[in-house]
Amino acid sequence: MSRLPWYMYRKEWYTSVPDGLQRPRLTQKSNSDDLLQREVSFNCPDLLRRNLTVAELGLSPVAGRAGPRRSQGTGSSPSDRGGFLHESQTPRAVGDTGGRRGGVRALKFVGEVVLEPCRGIAVEFLSLTDRGDDPEMFGPEDPNWKFGSEPTITVETSVPFTGHKIDPPSRSVETTPSELLSFFREMSLMRRMEIAADSLYKSKLIRGFCHLYDGQEAVAIGLETSITKKDAIITAYRDHCIYLARGGTLVEAFSELMGRRAGCSKGKGGSMHFYKKDSGFFGGHGIVGAQVPLGCGLAFAQKYLKEGTVTFSLYGDGAANQGQLFEALNISALWDLPAILVCENNHYGMGTAEWRAAKSPAYYKRGDYVPGLKVDGMDVLAVKQAAKFAKEYALKNGPMILEMDTYRYHGHSMSDPGSTYRTRDEISGVRQERDPIERVRKLIFSHELATASELKDIEKEVRKEVDDAIAEAKESPMPDPSELFTNVFVKGFGVEVSRNTCMSFGADRKEVKAILP
Amino acid sequence: MAMALRALGRRISHSDRFFSSLSEAAKPPSDGKLINLFTAINQALHIALDTDPRSYVFGEDVRFGGVFRCTTGLTDKFGRDRVFNTPLCEQGIIGFAIGLAAMGNRAIAEIQFADYIYPAFDQIVNEAAKFRYRSGNEFNCGGLTVRSPYGAVGHGGHYHSQSPESFFCHVPGLKVVIPRSPRQAKGLLLSCIRDPNPVIFFEPKLLYRLSVEEVPEDDYMLPLSEAEVIRQGSDITLIGWGAQLSILEQACDAAAKEGISCELIDLKTLIPWDKETVESSVRKTGKLLISHEAPVTGGFGAEISASIVERCFLRLEAPIARVCGLDTPFPLVYEQFYLPTMNKILDAIKATVKY
Repeated sequence: MSRLPWYMYRKEWYTSVPDGLQRPRLTQKSNSDDLLQREVSFNCPDLLRRNLTVAELGLSPVAGRAGPRRSQGTGSSPSDRGGFLHESQTPRAVGDTGGRRGGVRALKFVGEVVLEPCRGIAVEFLSLTDRGDDPEMFGPEDPNWKFGSEPTITVETSVPFTGHKIDPPSRSVETTPSELLSFFREMSLMRRMEIAADSLYKSKLIRGFCHLYDGQEAVAIGLETSITKKDAIITAYRDHCIYLARGGTLVEAFSELMGRRAGCSKGKGGSMHFYKKDSGFFGGHGIVGAQVPLGCGLAFAQKYLKEGTVTFSLYGDGAANQGQLFEALNISALWDLPAILVCENNHYGMGTAEWRAAKSPAYYKRGDYVPGLKVDGMDVLAVKQAAKFAKEYALKNGPMILEMDTYRYHGHSMSDPGSTYRTRDEISGVRQERDPIERVRKLIFSHELATASELKDIEKEVRKEVDDAIAEAKESPMPDPSELFTNVFVKGFGVEVSRNTCMSFGADRKEVKAILP
Repeated sequence: MAMALRALGRRISHSDRFFSSLSEAAKPPSDGKLINLFTAINQALHIALDTDPRSYVFGEDVRFGGVFRCTTGLTDKFGRDRVFNTPLCEQGIIGFAIGLAAMGNRAIAEIQFADYIYPAFDQIVNEAAKFRYRSGNEFNCGGLTVRSPYGAVGHGGHYHSQSPESFFCHVPGLKVVIPRSPRQAKGLLLSCIRDPNPVIFFEPKLLYRLSVEEVPEDDYMLPLSEAEVIRQGSDITLIGWGAQLSILEQACDAAAKEGISCELIDLKTLIPWDKETVESSVRKTGKLLISHEAPVTGGFGAEISASIVERCFLRLEAPIARVCGLDTPFPLVYEQFYLPTMNKILDAIKATVKY
């Protein structure tokens, strides 16, 4: 297959082609307004250029956006969203960087979409009601999704899987060029984000504690590839990249890190408390191990909902020694909950090496009666395969443990240099041998999917995207001081907490107002 | 001995009391080197391990020195058998420490941040505090000392800034001790380790590097359950502990400029707390202000307030003021709004004095 420019290979820019008309794939959702919201994304570069107006397309636009998309911008300002297309306008955008990361545009159509896009142009129409309301918009949810005319590439994982009380899946993983390139792009984005967070912390724009994920990106991306946004992920405090993988934007991430209003938790959470409800990301937890019983509770609810969804509870090798983990495992196994416990084993629980903390560092075996799988966490395809396998298993049989053998380059947090308990040689050795991005880069080269300069372009672009996001995040204001008192209880259902009631100082204290249900 | 001391305390309560709370056994120590809080605690731990061959220091990451460098050099000097890392399980750490103490050893367990002490709450409250009582003095875990950094640090957020002292003050059978400076910390920590009861020693993490004082190098102990009057005054009594005292001192200075003379008391031991000192001070001034970082509702200031009202109702000239943290989770970006700052305390002093 002839090589196309790299941005052609973005996964979501391909459509499934039910018939020869290159009809784009649609996901349909109806909302209360009787409008069909459609997600249309396609790129069929073989076709001739045809500019079709909205009316010619047989569409009655309700909302849409005309004209070229602002390229390489974060696109999350209000002017980028919504707006109406006139009948005579042509819905078209100049393709470039990932829309879902940078921002989305609202486009609602009634009727069928028959679009024949232009060659060399990627068009993305994403539908949404509110900002981030529709969990399906961020990824291909349609089970009939096909990669169009993309070839599949079969790759063997670096090491075979090791199973505990279960037959491990095969080492051969299928992937496609666009998937590999999207891996590269997204992992570079995460890496870039973490490094930028490092320098922001050192310049005191980020306060508090900052736990960086660089080195472990393959786990976040690999998990995300095999699951939907309805599946839930819950993790500990090293959550920046998981938030991105779940569809969070860079601006929200940086704003939250800097404690600004535009952050995903409105600036009240900080680095350790990123959440994204619409894509099933349950955070962001400071207390080690506390998120695992929570995750099993989510799985319990999912079992009731019968939607074929699972929960991935991520924890580290340090948390693997917490008692509450085993309590949660027992309950999950007893009730066959679709819970998958993923141990991100980066071999150091803060400053303590795993063999010094655990009698049995084979964390995938620690479930005893719960089957486990050991996965090379630096190989994104292995993670993808394992996650897919685990999801199928959990839906049928109950809980499972995945141990991701991974590594973090930074220390535990920004206060930890990371070199007092491990040698610099070890860190640089892992960086040379097992770095996830380098691995994907080698794959891309060996299958001739892109040249080195194209990949460099991607990296440059990623860098710019991160810089733009930081600039935008810096402009966001701090939360209003009254936010200190909000959300302690549900508004109206507790003691109204306010300046007057709380600050009981001095002799002239004000009356306490209690509003009870 | 204790009765004599208490009588002594009452008699001399109106005179100058600097380090008067010391018993004869521990003389005021001679001057020493200028060191900060974590070095003082480190020295105390060295002395404790030196003097008692059956004492052990353990916790998360203590071997390389601990996240706050309080345990540096201990492993090299005393070996891995006595100073060791535990896995990441607070409930396990404390349970294990109680067992060790029950066999007659001195177990000095570290909880890395006080915010993480809650998994161990059951062990502390249900096991450690009640051990002696429920076995009719047959067994005890008096050798248990739990050390934990607590308190706001400027950028801690929800889970690195909490002050959980009041939860433990509600448990009979435990002692809670909080030092305010390196000199106090070394003496108090040695007393805690050698006290035959389970003790929780909260260390104000803000002061680990910031607070510098001359600390003698020898082995000295400061008595528990004795509050110290740091400053003499006549208009209002201020009570605090830990890092809050430096804020209270600033407020004292600012109030002095306005002509209000404040008496400042460091409670040091929260339970069993020195009611007599505080009562005698309130009898002198007639007004009381309590300040702590923990949220105001249910904080230890409430206990002090209620006890003093019981004892000094007719003497009080104004309602007891509590300038404390707000009733919200410890916030990330709003820390300066949440904390009881000097201005809030000054306002409260003025309002109370002018009541």
